[in-house]
Amino acid sequence: MTTESIIWLIPLPPVLAFFLIVLFTNKSKWLSHTIALGAASLSWLGSMVVFVRALQVEHLGEHPFTSAINWLPLAGDWFEIGVLVDPLTAVTLFFVAWTILMIFLYSIGYHNFGQPTGDHDHPGLPPHAATVADEHGHTHKVPSIEPLYSRFFAFIGLFAFGMYLLVVSDNLLTLFVGWEIMGLCSYLLIGFWFAKPSARAAMIKAFMTTRVGDVFMLLGIVYLYSQTGTLTFREIFNEETLQQLATTSSGLLGLSAAGLMGILLFMGTVGKSAQWPLHVWLPDAMEGPTPVSAMIHAATMVSAGIYMILRMFPLLSAGWQEGTALTPALGIMAFIGAFTALFAATIAVANNDIKRVLAYSTISQLGYMVAALGIGAYVAAAFHLVTHAFFKGLLFLGSGSVIHGMEHGVLHTGDHVDPQDMFNMGGLRKKMPITFWTFLIGGFALSGFPLFSAGFWSKDEILADAFGHGQFVVFIVLALAALLTAFYTMRQIALTFLGEPRSEAANHAQETKWTMTVPLVVLAFFAVTAGWVGIPAHFPGIGGLVPSWFHDFVGSTLLEHPEAVEFNFIPLLTSVVVALGGLYLGWVVYKDARAGEADPLVNTLGGLYTVLRNKYYFDELYDFLFVRPAYWISETFTYKWMDRGVIDGLLHMIARVMFSLGSIFRNWIDKPLVNGFADLVGETVKRLGRTFRFVQTGRVQQYMVMALVIAFGTLFYYLFFLLQP
Amino acid sequence: MIPLSYYLVFAAALFSIGLYGVLARKNAVAILMGIELMLNAVNVNLLAFWRYRAPDGIAGQAFAVMVFAVAAAEVAVGLALVISVYRRRNTVAADEIDLLKW
Repeated sequence: MTTESIIWLIPLPPVLAFFLIVLFTNKSKWLSHTIALGAASLSWLGSMVVFVRALQVEHLGEHPFTSAINWLPLAGDWFEIGVLVDPLTAVTLFFVAWTILMIFLYSIGYHNFGQPTGDHDHPGLPPHAATVADEHGHTHKVPSIEPLYSRFFAFIGLFAFGMYLLVVSDNLLTLFVGWEIMGLCSYLLIGFWFAKPSARAAMIKAFMTTRVGDVFMLLGIVYLYSQTGTLTFREIFNEETLQQLATTSSGLLGLSAAGLMGILLFMGTVGKSAQWPLHVWLPDAMEGPTPVSAMIHAATMVSAGIYMILRMFPLLSAGWQEGTALTPALGIMAFIGAFTALFAATIAVANNDIKRVLAYSTISQLGYMVAALGIGAYVAAAFHLVTHAFFKGLLFLGSGSVIHGMEHGVLHTGDHVDPQDMFNMGGLRKKMPITFWTFLIGGFALSGFPLFSAGFWSKDEILADAFGHGQFVVFIVLALAALLTAFYTMRQIALTFLGEPRSEAANHAQETKWTMTVPLVVLAFFAVTAGWVGIPAHFPGIGGLVPSWFHDFVGSTLLEHPEAVEFNFIPLLTSVVVALGGLYLGWVVYKDARAGEADPLVNTLGGLYTVLRNKYYFDELYDFLFVRPAYWISETFTYKWMDRGVIDGLLHMIARVMFSLGSIFRNWIDKPLVNGFADLVGETVKRLGRTFRFVQTGRVQQYMVMALVIAFGTLFYYLFFLLQP
Repeated sequence: MIPLSYYLVFAAALFSIGLYGVLARKNAVAILMGIELMLNAVNVNLLAFWRYRAPDGIAGQAFAVMVFAVAAAEVAVGLALVISVYRRRNTVAADEIDLLKW
């Protein structure tokens, strides 16, 4: 099969699986997950074939795999859609395919396949427990299977379709379609346990917040189309068009057309990749099942935001030369990215929920990528996107495994402790060794543990680029964020796995099944090795041991290949120091946290801790600024004033006028004249009848007398009056 | 020969007696008998006028015969009605047979 046909086929299996499961096999849990997993495997296989073939092509950047078909007839022309695999797509396909496959496999274990049906489980609520009896007659509680098991696999199938579609698209329109499909799926999956009010609130919040960004992105797409007449990437990204867009004025704030488009498109990413100020949905998205969190945070949704700005980088940077001032779009990205990276990292420090810490860490790491792209470090951003997908997917699946182990302990002991609160954990390294070691690898990759972890190489490249390009503010902010990242990661590891168990449930936690641990091991492998492809060739000691092809390969996506920055010890030392320093600090502070004790940070940070714990009050602020005004507008303004007051008022007034008009007609015309005449006729006839009815006696002889009287009367009258001469 | 007026006076007297019977009697059968008298008074008139005014034709006789036939039929129907009323209401008094009043 040609590579192009394979690319066309990559997104199809998951969507077929979605329809098959929804329409036909949703009764059979086994069949449903087999179909979903099979579809994910097919897409994975296709992606790997494409990836390997892409690596073998020389100058893939100049001659990517493309294929397009006429789709929408326009006046005298066709709107074409098609597929495109250039180096950026190839590496994205690689990590997307692996993480999606692993998440699908993990979901089988996570949703307790093979366990009995729960005693009181309810569709739309997380499964509680089932009671089983062993051969000795003892009953005990075991985890029960998810009631909506098949539905879950259908949804993540659709989710995977959205991501694959977005990745292989060669134009912004189909990219946007995939983008929105993922928006829908995130809504459905965050609210997968829809009977929980918190999950319902989170699903709506996620959908509404990302929608804000999406509207601006759609505006950007429309503007781009109106200016260039095409949405195909390869037609937009040529020297001439970009030059023209960069020099045309948009007539708004002195921005060039390219600048305005860039900012609008970037706002889509702000929503999708949860950058400040639209970051609020992502932590709440933790209401969904853990595989969904991994799906959103690693494989698909938030990566899609970064992928889109990577893809649109030529447009964002149109008119920008190495060494000159950043374009407005890039400047905004650098600011928002760096700010978000630090901002989210500080919140993560003060959170106790194992998944929410990771959620804020995702926001922070995405901020890294955005900031890297904002300062023009294209390859570094792409590199961090890849490594982050692996280690963050790993961390999420690991945290899900921890929660699962804790839930097992909760069921065993019967204590009602929160299985997600890290202060209830501790000492899990002995209970869950596989989860511990893989989580440790993921955590070290996240904090950028020097040399062996993937996160170190990608983060180091970003810092080196920031330093090399002279963006010192960004450099310092990102370094601080890295320090905090290492700190909260170690805090998480220490609280979860080290020390002694701080609750009975943690003491009885148990390692999870192979369907959950195998994905952890696979992703841990990539969390280490994915960094090796990007080790700078000039790195002292180990540079060049593994061929460093990533930079040249991905860099060739752009028209002008970016030069690797000069090797410099300052950023290297900085990243080593912040990573190790943060890890050490975290270990010192949290290595022997005791049960019942407060977080040591409470004393150190004081009031600041409360602010961090409440996430800088952003939820409250947005509630005050947007949610309540929206409620006010809909309830008081629209409903009470406009609808009830003006519109209903108008209707009621018309009704009242018509009513009084009708009353006038009725009282003055209908009743006296028309009714009066009709009644008069009737009454007269009635009275006449009543007057004369006495003659009708029923006695035949009286009739006879009457007839005679009348006959004689008539006769007399005739004879004496009429016949008078 | 008896003048015509005698017959006419006789017939008028007979008719008046019949009419009085019809109007004044209570018994329905008596009323029917009054009607017979009136019919026969008419018959007397018919025959008297035939004999004195047009003895050549037979129209007067024919009419008289026809009146007999009608009277017979009428009595038959009338008596049947009276019997039927009597069976239902146990009376033949015309005063009390007043179902058809308002």
